Amino acid sequence: MPKTIPVADELTKPFWDAINEKKLVLQSCSSCGRLQYPIRPNCWSCGKDRLGWREIEASRDGKIYGHILETMVVHDTRVVRRKGDVPFNVSVISLDEDPSINFLANLPGTTAHEAPQGAPVELIFEELEPGTFIHDWKVVGI
Amino acid sequence: MGNAINGWPRLKNDLGVWEHRGKVAITGYGYSDIDRRWDGVSMDKTYGAYAVQSIQRCVEDSGLDYSEIDGLMVCPDMAGDTWSAEDRGTPRPYFDAPYDSEEGLTIVTSRWLIKALERAGTPLTGLKYIDDEASSIGQLTGKAAQTVGEGHAKHLLMFYGMGNVEGRYHLEEGRYSRGGRVWSAPWGWMTSAMMQHAFVFLQYCTKYGGSHDNLAPFVINQRRNGLLTPHGYYAVHEPYQITVEDYLTQRYIAWPCGLLDSDRPVNHGATFLFSHADTVKDMKQKAIYVLGHVQASYPSKSTMATLENHEYYTDDMVSRLYEAAGVTAADLDIFNPYDGFATFTQTYLEAFQWHGVKRGEAFDFYAGDIRAEGPHPFNTSGGNLGYGRTRTAMYTDIVEQLRGIAGPRQVNVKAETGACGQVTPGGNGHIFVSTAL
Repeated sequence: MPKTIPVADELTKPFWDAINEKKLVLQSCSSCGRLQYPIRPNCWSCGKDRLGWREIEASRDGKIYGHILETMVVHDTRVVRRKGDVPFNVSVISLDEDPSINFLANLPGTTAHEAPQGAPVELIFEELEPGTFIHDWKVVGI
Repeated sequence: MGNAINGWPRLKNDLGVWEHRGKVAITGYGYSDIDRRWDGVSMDKTYGAYAVQSIQRCVEDSGLDYSEIDGLMVCPDMAGDTWSAEDRGTPRPYFDAPYDSEEGLTIVTSRWLIKALERAGTPLTGLKYIDDEASSIGQLTGKAAQTVGEGHAKHLLMFYGMGNVEGRYHLEEGRYSRGGRVWSAPWGWMTSAMMQHAFVFLQYCTKYGGSHDNLAPFVINQRRNGLLTPHGYYAVHEPYQITVEDYLTQRYIAWPCGLLDSDRPVNHGATFLFSHADTVKDMKQKAIYVLGHVQASYPSKSTMATLENHEYYTDDMVSRLYEAAGVTAADLDIFNPYDGFATFTQTYLEAFQWHGVKRGEAFDFYAGDIRAEGPHPFNTSGGNLGYGRTRTAMYTDIVEQLRGIAGPRQVNVKAETGACGQVTPGGNGHIFVSTAL
């Protein structure tokens, strides 16, 4: 079943525009230097609104890496379009460049309940409708 | 409507002992009947009717005359948070007044309550302070205590309800996700607490050892305590105990979190009377003094807060609460931490260090004797899991335990003090009470 398609608003548009270009940009606070995801009006750390954007650089192999903190398995979801997918993984991924940043991931290619804890993952982009992408993560080597 | 106080939350460190410690007391309580949902036809069982019922029972319990009540505080959120108009559909048919809008069905405001009590022949004629602005009972209890402590009311009624009507809620039904849901719904999950706490729980098991199975004795004991509470949902409507096998074979929602780890919404309300200590000497009930209250609000650092975050949040909150009340962990007798999901209660237990339980020790504690009649009577209210998702059972149990009227679940250990709060480690309010000063 297809994922729901995120609708950008004024605040989040630069993030989703970058995703559609297969790039990952995060908010960067010019006051305290922290990176931030999800996108919000103010910095979670210092509370200020002096937030710009910073593209996360890929490694020499052209990929962006993280690792799996833990993985839950959804057996019943309130997201109607995903009901046909159960059971499926929802992992929490820590970004290697800044471990305080974490993402949700479905780990395509990894069977539910078989996600290897701590395993390295790489950022991928899934096209939900023509020209509209979403970020996800998959276990390295799968 | 109202003249609510401002700047009242106790959110910061180093505030010291609460300035009104022992100057406010809980002097009455009342709870409504309880149903799984409003049936859509019984006008004496609506959310609003249950609000009125709980207030009447509270005033009767206190022995006061209605004219002596000078403060009213309610949380007007839509039926707690189990109602979402966009999910359940509006407009929908209404009824004759006073049910000609959402008021009384999924919302209870002070304005509606005042009129409803007047129609019921129990008018609140002496009101001077009216407050509709608190966000949940964790906040509400602290605010009620602060309001009375500051002298804005001598006798303040505080109502909190959790209503429930037909249908599921918080569904994401469309092709698109908007707002905060864009960060979770595409991956198949809504912005709800279950996934957050399932994640932190897994981190807990990774760090300290153990598994979801270790929650079984806790959850089973919650149901047992709920069944020992004659006014709880399970005691009234589903009076059977769950077993270890039931727990271990439960249907998972978001593994490791399953159906039996999750509280069930109910239609219910409860009211508590907060009185200034100067007035309690000649009152009907034993005064339960508020020694301190605190609130907590921690910004989420990323998509998911971590175990490290939650342990810091709760350690910080509890140290402030103990400081406010002028007590230590050893002074806490009746402890009813929140259990909206079974997977996070250990975070509170270990932060409070109740009965000496420290970080990583909750599973061993759960495996011991935590029955109400035992040496470690843990969460004698049964919590949301054992009583139903009222969020008030923890408070009514403390009142009953400290008065010595808890019946079959009355503890055999000392019951002079109590503490509880709501909701999650990232945002909550807690209160510490005592019959002795």
